[in-house]
Amino acid sequence: MKTRIYVTLKNGVLDPQGKAIHHALDGLGFTGVNDVRAGKLIELDLADGTSDADIDAMCRKLLANTVIENYRIERV
Amino acid sequence: MKSAVIVFPGSNCDRDLAVAIREITGSTPQMLWHRETTLPDGIDLIAIPGGFSYGDYLRSGAMAARSPIMQAVVEAADRGVPVLGICNGFQILTESGLLPGALMRNAGLGFVCRDVALCVGEARSPFTSGYSVGEAIRLPVAHHDGNYTADPETLDRLEGEGRIAFRYAEDVNGSVRSIAGIVNARGNVLGMMPHPERLIEPAQGGTDGRRLFEGLLETVA
Repeated sequence: MKTRIYVTLKNGVLDPQGKAIHHALDGLGFTGVNDVRAGKLIELDLADGTSDADIDAMCRKLLANTVIENYRIERV
Repeated sequence: MKSAVIVFPGSNCDRDLAVAIREITGSTPQMLWHRETTLPDGIDLIAIPGGFSYGDYLRSGAMAARSPIMQAVVEAADRGVPVLGICNGFQILTESGLLPGALMRNAGLGFVCRDVALCVGEARSPFTSGYSVGEAIRLPVAHHDGNYTADPETLDRLEGEGRIAFRYAEDVNGSVRSIAGIVNARGNVLGMMPHPERLIEPAQGGTDGRRLFEGLLETVA
């Protein structure tokens, strides 16, 4: 069972990498980019029957740092 | 003084830290591999060194904070044993929840490796007892993820409770409120990005790091 975890920086947390990507896009001549935020995609291949609670615990205990990051779970 | 230096795969300041502890306290620390699950009885100091534990995979310090030995470190810290985390050690302490906040990519995106000007904060702890509050010192930094951040309530609490141990006296990495090092509420856990262990003898270009270990020795031993 494939599950995707999207980890993104919380609103208000400065994202230096997003800013650098934004500048690079500007440098390539792509105008009209208002903002860039960089995050992570983590793909898990889980045993059938893995509970939502377990996946949530994986996110809270390791995959995301909830001080600065949000996560979203997507079962594929 | 009975001490241990925790060694993770990818630690690279563990020996420098062990030498500083040995030279200044007169006793050789035990090097403790991260797979261990117990600390020596009657330990006076746990030191978590700089480096790139687990290649900084996922987030700096994230994997190391979940290593077997860290459970014992957290329990010892709760009992009041002094815990010193330097650079990657600071990142590991925030990831393990022993210290609040997080260390993000430097605001300028570059790896910063140079001596920086610091101001000793108001924190009262065994680690800062060798310095006076407001004192100007210089220590080397060498990090990519030293940009300290926390929510405004946490920052107000840190400042209100006098838990800032060191502040940058110049722009280094974008850290909020210029935070370079903080202690926990009890004052027995210090995390700092600068490297005091790299500046303990005149031959290294200065001795400003020495008093951290001297103060610790005086308070603990």
